[in-house]
Amino acid sequence: MSFFNRFFNKEKKEDLDKGLEKTKSNFFGKLAKAVAGKKTVDISFLDELESVLISSDVGLDTTIKILDRLEEEVNKEGYINTNELNEILRSTIVQLLSENNTVDIEDYTLPSTETPCVILVVGVNGVGKTTTIGKLAWQYKQQGKKVVLGAGDTFRAAAVDQLKIWSERVGCDFYSKGMNTDPAAVAYETVKYAQENKCDVAIIDTAGRLHTKINLMKELSKIKKSISKRMETAPHEVLLVLDATTGQNAIEQARHFTEATDVTALALTKLDGTAKGGVALGISDQFKVPIKYIGVGEKIEQLQVFNKRAFVDSLFQ
Amino acid sequence: MFDNLSDRLEGAFKSLRGENKLTELNIAQSIKEIRRALVAADVNYKIAKEFTDTVKDKALGQENVLSSVKPGQLMVKIVQDELTALMGGEAAEINLKGKPTVILIAGLQGSGKTTFSGKLANFLKKKKKSPLLVACDVYRPAAINQISVLGEQIGVPVYKEEENKDPVEIALKAIGHAKDHNFDVVIVDTAGRLSIDEAMMTEISNIREAIQPEETLFVVDSMTGQDAVNTAKAFNDVINYDGVVLTKLDGDTRGGAALSIKYTVGKPIKFVSSGEKMDTLDVFFPDRMAQRILGMGDITSFVEKAQEQFDEKEAKRLEKKIRKNKFDFNDFHDQINQIRKMGDIKSLLKMIPGMGKLTRNLDIDNNAFKKVEAIIQSMTPQERANPELLNMSRKNRIAGGCGQTINEINMFIKQFDEMRKMMHKMSKSPGFAGGAAGVPGGGAGGGRISRARKKKKRR
Ligand SMILES: Nc1nc2c(ncn2[C@@H]2O[C@H](COP(=O)(O)OP(=O)(O)O)[C@@H](O)[C@H]2O)c(=O)[nH]1
Ligand SMILES: [Mg+2]
Repeated sequence: MSFFNRFFNKEKKEDLDKGLEKTKSNFFGKLAKAVAGKKTVDISFLDELESVLISSDVGLDTTIKILDRLEEEVNKEGYINTNELNEILRSTIVQLLSENNTVDIEDYTLPSTETPCVILVVGVNGVGKTTTIGKLAWQYKQQGKKVVLGAGDTFRAAAVDQLKIWSERVGCDFYSKGMNTDPAAVAYETVKYAQENKCDVAIIDTAGRLHTKINLMKELSKIKKSISKRMETAPHEVLLVLDATTGQNAIEQARHFTEATDVTALALTKLDGTAKGGVALGISDQFKVPIKYIGVGEKIEQLQVFNKRAFVDSLFQ
Repeated sequence: MFDNLSDRLEGAFKSLRGENKLTELNIAQSIKEIRRALVAADVNYKIAKEFTDTVKDKALGQENVLSSVKPGQLMVKIVQDELTALMGGEAAEINLKGKPTVILIAGLQGSGKTTFSGKLANFLKKKKKSPLLVACDVYRPAAINQISVLGEQIGVPVYKEEENKDPVEIALKAIGHAKDHNFDVVIVDTAGRLSIDEAMMTEISNIREAIQPEETLFVVDSMTGQDAVNTAKAFNDVINYDGVVLTKLDGDTRGGAALSIKYTVGKPIKFVSSGEKMDTLDVFFPDRMAQRILGMGDITSFVEKAQEQFDEKEAKRLEKKIRKNKFDFNDFHDQINQIRKMGDIKSLLKMIPGMGKLTRNLDIDNNAFKKVEAIIQSMTPQERANPELLNMSRKNRIAGGCGQTINEINMFIKQFDEMRKMMHKMSKSPGFAGGAAGVPGGGAGGGRISRARKKKKRR
């Protein structure tokens, strides 16, 4: 059921389950009571559902959308028992996630068959960009791909060292011009390095920046342009990293990063914590950008491909 | 996102002009609006409910007659006062007793602990203290380098043991080192950890036990959503921290997590951190935070933002003019131009109290202000500097000059006056802001906050 299962040792998993048990019996208990013997959706059920969704950071607008659709669906189809209502609810939310015209990726397929495939990673401070890059590189490396990491965060103290350590853990190539150098030049040179050294994948790190800093957002557009200057079709992927603990502000993050760089995919990190990351539902829906990866820990193997069903299940756990 | 809460509350009350008492029934809609605003600001769902219940009780206890005070304004005031009180009256100082004073820093991954540690050291150094930073994040790659670089930047020594994987031992040795070398404050930076990671929570508890800090600070990202309560509580249960630090407030988050945390654990917010530079550390102002959470505009933030873009002198001049209620059409025109340069018009507009109204019906892009600009350009220099001059004949001349109707001119001037008044008011008393006409609300009360809105949509 849960995508966390695989990664928790037994003890921790039990703790997690204990915590979740309470919420679980709450929601489904009330669900059963609310629908018993009724053919329409009960008000108290909707109230309960609202509370679950908002407490998972789904946000008001998306919550309203889900409630509306659920009622519509029920009016059209009717339902027989709690299980069926439960199923309708889940598929309603999954449907919301499907409308951005993407299917869940099965594995770590590269976003393009062109070589090198260039991935630019962006996001606000501390969300887990560098860690996600390390984990992603490791996945590609497992597939026998030749990978280079580009140290485009030339601003935050010791950011270059951090990425370098990740490249050593992965056992892949690393390109840097050092701290306080022009990140657009680093990006350009990383692509050049990848081309000259026949790398399959180049992943370029960037400094964390708040989406409200106009100049830094302009810098990001410039980084992207300079990649295209070296390779016209690149970057093949712009990956926006979002932290699952972030609330509604993630929507503004998605808006501004999309405007600056045409984000093509999302990664949702820190799902091993108690935050549910529900804001990603609305973001994926509103900006038509698929969630591709989730981070479930700090270890190299703790990255997973996103699965809609499992994610929706986790909201109700 | 919501515009100004006061606008919305006025709207919710529009229908009951003539009634002279606040009743459960006639405030139901505005209570709902408040809850929505809080939830949209990431205040925990349950806390938003409880908070609005308190507000409701306060409102119902008011003897005020509706015809004498604008009920929306009354509600806003109740909400704001209540929120400010909850956020903590006085700014809380940190405890600098002890020889040396030991300060322990803890929080989730990526919340901004290391950056804050550096800022705190810098802050204390400027207060003529001699701080020592301690690198106890032995896990994250290059974490030790990061704090070393920061220390170098601000000229504060960093105690580190590259090969040692035991943070308890490192912290203890660092304190010994501080005693031997006459440091008077020791700031212990630790690794980020999840509240459900038992091993790591035991570790931080052990560190605390061993070093007995004078001050334990919990660092939290101001963009945190509904989970803030769980994490704040779990950390408090384990390390019983003395204060909270809110980080990344230089973004546009409404920061409802601050309320959730304060409400849940009752610990004071001691610092706010708002930037990547080492000097961007502030003490916490409850009233500013209350306004921010309510999305009421924050003249201080606006002026600060402006400062970033144009020179300090200009921003000071502007602030002074607002305070003296001398903000004129020239300033307004300058603002439009500056805002254009800053690029992100929408988020900036949100910061100016009352500005939203002037531009509500315009599609906000770079041409959004054309009409308004045309009006201002048709004024004489004296009129621009003295809005009070505008009488009927002058308005008629302006209308002719810019090719707009006298109604449009009147409307603009009325809105300008309102905005000016509001800016003035906000600049003087951070605890209060008013509004005039607003968005009509509607719908009934009840438990679910999304319901009324849904009805509205279907109409
Ligand atoms: N628990 C957990 N921590 C993570 C995850 N991803 C990243 N982190 C941690 O979050 C912190 C910030 O990560 P980093 O990659 O440096 O963020 P960046 O500033 O966006 O590059 C580090 O302490 C990481 O170890 C995750 O999926 N789960
Ligand atoms: Mg990084």
